[in-house]
Amino acid sequence: MSESQSHSATVAERPEGWNRPVLIQPSGDGELLEVAMGPHHPSTHGVFRMDVALDGERVIRLKPVFGYLHRNHEKIAEGISYLGSMPYTDRLDYICPITNNWAYALAVEKLTGQEVPERAEYLRVILGELTRFQNHASSIGFLIQEMGASGTPLMYAFREREKILDLFEKLTGARMMVNYMRFGGCRVDASPAWLDATRKVVAGLPQFVDEFDRLLSSNEILMARTQGVGVLKADLAVNAGVTGPMLRASGVNYDIRKVDGYGIYNRFNFRVPLGDHGDVYDRFMIRLLEMRESITILTQALKDIPSGPIMDPKARLRGFRPKPGEAYGRIEAPKGELGFYLISDGGPNPYRYRIRPPSLINLTVLEDMCLGHDVADVVLIFGSVDIVLGEVDR
Amino acid sequence: MKTVEEIKAAIEAAVPGAGVEIVMNPSVSGQHSLRLAPSCAIDVAKFLRDDAELALDFLSNVTGIDWPDKEITEKVKVTRPVSKTVEGVEKTVEEVVEETRKRLEPGCLEAVYHLYSVAKKFGPVVLRMRTIDRTDQVELPSLTPIWRSAEFQEREVFDLYGIVFTGHPDLRRLLMWDAFKDHPMRRDYREPDDFEYEPTAHDDVLKRAQEHQTPTGQPGSGAGQ
Repeated sequence: MSESQSHSATVAERPEGWNRPVLIQPSGDGELLEVAMGPHHPSTHGVFRMDVALDGERVIRLKPVFGYLHRNHEKIAEGISYLGSMPYTDRLDYICPITNNWAYALAVEKLTGQEVPERAEYLRVILGELTRFQNHASSIGFLIQEMGASGTPLMYAFREREKILDLFEKLTGARMMVNYMRFGGCRVDASPAWLDATRKVVAGLPQFVDEFDRLLSSNEILMARTQGVGVLKADLAVNAGVTGPMLRASGVNYDIRKVDGYGIYNRFNFRVPLGDHGDVYDRFMIRLLEMRESITILTQALKDIPSGPIMDPKARLRGFRPKPGEAYGRIEAPKGELGFYLISDGGPNPYRYRIRPPSLINLTVLEDMCLGHDVADVVLIFGSVDIVLGEVDR
Repeated sequence: MKTVEEIKAAIEAAVPGAGVEIVMNPSVSGQHSLRLAPSCAIDVAKFLRDDAELALDFLSNVTGIDWPDKEITEKVKVTRPVSKTVEGVEKTVEEVVEETRKRLEPGCLEAVYHLYSVAKKFGPVVLRMRTIDRTDQVELPSLTPIWRSAEFQEREVFDLYGIVFTGHPDLRRLLMWDAFKDHPMRRDYREPDDFEYEPTAHDDVLKRAQEHQTPTGQPGSGAGQ
């Protein structure tokens, strides 16, 4: 740990006006070793490659290589109807299908000006925060797994995730590929029994977070491996478009739920946790704290949820043709800012359909964070970014 | 939140000859955009980022749009001599006739940037830039030196649309493999025949592939590889 800190001190500051990372000069005694980490490296959570140049154990260059999972979702979406893309958005970030649905529905609602009924907004918040909770829990689990704690924390996280996925299945019919939202509402209504079951699950979540916290937060090995590793400064984070827990771990107070107040988020009391150092430990801690805030939002939403319709009565599923124009809609997805940019030419399918993937853009600074660290730390730094390849490659 | 008109005025005051044009968005979203002249785009971007009032420090989204050549059919009124029989005598008379004309509106590629301000918490401010055409004059200035978040996104636009961003530090394909030649998100892109399915393309397979690449009636369309 102390060694990697002394390494990182050799990274030169970026010169003014040119925000590229400066490569560290190799020490000169010995040869460089080029390692292709991936596309089948267990830490890459999918098919992703990092071409790393090493001087001994020290990373002096790192180039991410994308595209192994590319299927040109945007092109496919431009050839089918607006609603036809909704199930496809589930497959972007397959850990958090609900928030993908939400971002797409929000962008279309911006384009057409459709209203979402109150109950549907509550259902969106409840499902969205459950999604955030299970995403953060499992991403912490994966991070700890990559540190060598094989299994236990990840299985604890998956135990809770399973309860949440069961709720998704009861409501939507599918555990992951939910296809739940519609333009102007949601597809199916929640029964009182489902809401009661959700309240029961949510009541058990704080206990899990406490357990996770006690198990991990002050663990000596975790602190030694993560503190001071992969530091991301606030100004670079903003300039590089980093969003989500990574941005807030660097101390930038920017949560789209607060800034845009989309949906009904401005009705709930919750805090935005901020980090101090912007290292891997802070990112872990921010996710843990955000899980607690999600529980706060869930408790309020489950208490206040009104009865009523879940679809805008004027919404049309067939013959859906928005008026010409364009709209960019974004939400605070668990991984960062997920945006959809749509252009309509008045036809039944979008003229342009663009996804702003938080996972891809958060990787812009991967090289900056890894330079000067040991190759073993690359796995941790990469894990702390929290990406899903379905969204990176689209 | 400033309106696009205010932002346009601020840009024109700060960058002389910026050539900013407002593009209205008819949708209810009300996200109007500013079209920049590529020659001044870097200066304008620097101003937008560094100006204390705007402080657009966060470039959220970069994307491309393909506007192919459009054939416009329009009716024009033209005056032309028409021979007519007037009172038994053949005469040439000037007459206004309606004529249907076809005009080819040249296409272009467009890059769109969505900016937000983290410091001032407002947005989006939408910037657009257009290339001269779709074939050989496809350069636009890269905004990666101003906002690092454009790095991968401009690579993606270069990959899928073929806009060449001059001044980009590392302009390579992002999603397609390096040997790939076409730009799949263009609207006239023709995907290749399933050549990978036939490992030795010859005789009838080769013929079928060639027919696929040059459809009848459009000899040498050249699309697809």
